[in-house]
Amino acid sequence: MPFQILVNLIIALTWMYLNAEWTPISFCIGYVIGLVLLFLLRRFLTDKFYAFRLWALLKLLLIFLKELVISSVSVAKLVLKPNLDMKPGIFALKTELKTDWEITTLACLIILTPGTLTLDISPKGDILYIHALDVPDVEEAIQGIKNSFEKAIMEVSR
Amino acid sequence: MSADEISKWIVIVFILCGAIFCLLSAIGLIRFPDVYTRSHAATKSATLGVLCIMSGTALYFFLFKGHFSAQLVLAIIFVFITAPVGGHLITRAAYRTKVKLSDKSVQDDLRAALNENDYRQEDGSPQEAEPS
Repeated sequence: MPFQILVNLIIALTWMYLNAEWTPISFCIGYVIGLVLLFLLRRFLTDKFYAFRLWALLKLLLIFLKELVISSVSVAKLVLKPNLDMKPGIFALKTELKTDWEITTLACLIILTPGTLTLDISPKGDILYIHALDVPDVEEAIQGIKNSFEKAIMEVSR
Repeated sequence: MSADEISKWIVIVFILCGAIFCLLSAIGLIRFPDVYTRSHAATKSATLGVLCIMSGTALYFFLFKGHFSAQLVLAIIFVFITAPVGGHLITRAAYRTKVKLSDKSVQDDLRAALNENDYRQEDGSPQEAEPS
């Protein structure tokens, strides 16, 4: 990915030289041309085309914002309930993510969404222990995290 | 309504939402029964509440003062990096020092895993630490 960005920057600069025009606009035009060229030549790149990754990153961000709002409202309901009849608990989540930064991202996203909190990670890094504010259905919570965050992170990294 | 007024209301809604979420998390901090549930309330005010207030302020500067405030975006990013790390470490330390879960808790998968031998050895937790 750094290589592709570098190539893209060089194409943008070359475009500026060709036009002898030193404005941000001509740089942007050059950058877009570079993107198109890289897209057309993507079969010859060793890595995945990096704009796909950026797109996946944007999707991850949107999913996170959606989860943030939904779970914030549900936690707000819990706080305002006259009787605190919630059922907190710790459940184990087996993750398929491998590298360190993938697991770190997943753990951070889980903490940032209200209602769930990563308590601990097993030494091998394959099981996350999550404290949830309300666990009426553990299976459902696990599936929710797996389907939303884990999938999106995988799309960014692979 | 003029465009000015509409954008003013959008800013008001953003900042008000942020303030309400901060208030709710403060209430949660008092009402919840144990460390773990309380840290839920404490770290979460730093997410949606701060996000709403900061973006409301950024929107205000952008729409009314005409400049994009990069510092506010930086503030959001740094809060989002530091808040989860703080929350994780506080609860992890609490669990390792055997702070009890509240009586309402229904499930505890971590206790069993912590008692397993290999976990303790690889982790080097206090029970196995060599006296120096």
